[in-house]
Amino acid sequence: MANDISTLRRILHRCRTIAVVGLSAEWHRPSYFVASYLQGKGYRIVPVNPRYAGTQILGETVYAQLEDIPHAVDMVDVFRKPADVLPIAHSAVAIGASCLWQQLGVLNEPADAVARAAGLDSVMDRCVKIEHARLAGGLNWVGVNTGVISARRPVGL
Amino acid sequence: MPDHVFKPETLAIHAGQIPDAATGARALPIYQTTSFVFDSAAHAAALFNLQTFGNVYSRLSNPTVAALEERVAALEGGRAAVATASGMAAEALALMTILQAGDHVVAAGALYGGSVTLLAVSLKKFGIDTSFVDACDPAAIAAAMRPNTRAVFAESLGNPSLQVLDIAAVAEVAHAHGVPLVIDNTVPSPFLCQPLALGADIVVHSATKYLAGHGTTLGGVVVEGGRFPWDNGKFPGMTEPSPGYHGVKFYETFGDFGFTMRCRMESLRVFGAALAPMSAWQILQGIETLPLRMERHCANALAVAQFLRADPRVAWVNYPGLPEHPQHALMQRQMRGASGLLAFGVKAGVNGGVKAGVKAGVDAAVGAEEAAGVRFIEAAQFMSHLVNIGDTRTLISHPASTTHRQLDAAQQRAAGVTPDMVRISVGLEHIDDILWDVDQALAAAAR
Repeated sequence: MANDISTLRRILHRCRTIAVVGLSAEWHRPSYFVASYLQGKGYRIVPVNPRYAGTQILGETVYAQLEDIPHAVDMVDVFRKPADVLPIAHSAVAIGASCLWQQLGVLNEPADAVARAAGLDSVMDRCVKIEHARLAGGLNWVGVNTGVISARRPVGL
Repeated sequence: MPDHVFKPETLAIHAGQIPDAATGARALPIYQTTSFVFDSAAHAAALFNLQTFGNVYSRLSNPTVAALEERVAALEGGRAAVATASGMAAEALALMTILQAGDHVVAAGALYGGSVTLLAVSLKKFGIDTSFVDACDPAAIAAAMRPNTRAVFAESLGNPSLQVLDIAAVAEVAHAHGVPLVIDNTVPSPFLCQPLALGADIVVHSATKYLAGHGTTLGGVVVEGGRFPWDNGKFPGMTEPSPGYHGVKFYETFGDFGFTMRCRMESLRVFGAALAPMSAWQILQGIETLPLRMERHCANALAVAQFLRADPRVAWVNYPGLPEHPQHALMQRQMRGASGLLAFGVKAGVNGGVKAGVKAGVDAAVGAEEAAGVRFIEAAQFMSHLVNIGDTRTLISHPASTTHRQLDAAQQRAAGVTPDMVRISVGLEHIDDILWDVDQALAAAAR
């Protein structure tokens, strides 16, 4: 599992299109927080949730499953309970994503192993929004220990 | 490649502050502003919804204050922190975020007087009860637990009792009951003791003391460890939609810094005890030299303790750095040094105490022992008689007639305060000069 600052920076720099699996349409849910934050930072988010398939969330068409997305996806960001993640990992590999990211509280080690064996970056039990704000700036404004020690001016990621 | 692990001396200078994005300023700019502009109505909405991070109003967050918050969080090995206008504000904020009416706290009996009053008087007014127990005895803490207990509160190193808390043992008791251990780590500072690593869940500081370090500036900090399971069913305020912040579920949304976010967005926002940016800057200036200062505070305090121990004019000496201190081994196990605070009893002189006591404005019926303590205080030349601790200057006080005056005799005893007790916060003057002043004040006290 990727955990260090330089790997996380590389992932967040390279992955521009992010499929959000389990994205809720309700504004106060954490998945909605994350997706709207990422849009604000210039990422394209692709909602994946069979419950809302065919509708739009945050201005983007919702797909029932990863395989239905008609374009390339860089990252698969998972807001599902840990037991559901393994098939999603296989799908992430099948659609050619370069990163499987399991959100805060989501730790499925077999899924992590599947992703890594296929050459994907794999992150577990972390939040894309929090890690982005930790490394690109913002999280430091709410007193979080970012672990960033540097003598250089911040220049995004 | 795993991230490099930085030592406290480096964190004390760098954590929380990289060069300013706008100007490249290397030292921390002071953002002396109440408010911050929004880029657009949508940006404002996202900020108020907590969907993005940013500054709105300095009562909630301020970039200068945030640098202090992150630095103390880093030094404590914590996940996140929120700064407050004083140490008491930090303690009140931490407890008020955890607790609600009908809840119960188990607290160490030997606490700073202000903390005792907060728990026994102020929080009690709002329906929160506290049981004070001997925190040296984890079994006593376990026995005081009730079904409605929601926090255990103690000091890592008691002020002025100088009891060392067995943090790991007390954390085990608290966790067995599903409640967080809140530790006041003011006296050791994070350089000497890291309660979170020993099992504590929340640390509070009076940053006024060793963190700021120069007796200039009030401030406080609440640090969250990030490991407490707030979803264990006992803390609905952490897991249910917040009525104080339009339905946000703090633990689910912010995870291991959910407590800090709730502390900031629910408690700090409405109680208003925010730290001024200028004060945060001054405290940070102090923290840069914290490791150097603490090493010297410890060395000077040990020398004073050894001097007093050998002096026949002294009845007793209490310093955890002395081998005969009952918790010396525990101190060595969980602290890097015994800090700069010590207490001792001045032997009553041949003249008794009534006259000196009246002169000092203490009760006319004051005993000879209390009078001897008062005479010592009054005879000091450069040791300052005041009620702060953790200054570059050596400070002396007589708790029974000052900080702990509001407590009755039984509460004073429980807090570890005796009538003859003199507390010294040993400063950074040359040790020869400190010992000279102690010696001449003892001579005066014995007359």
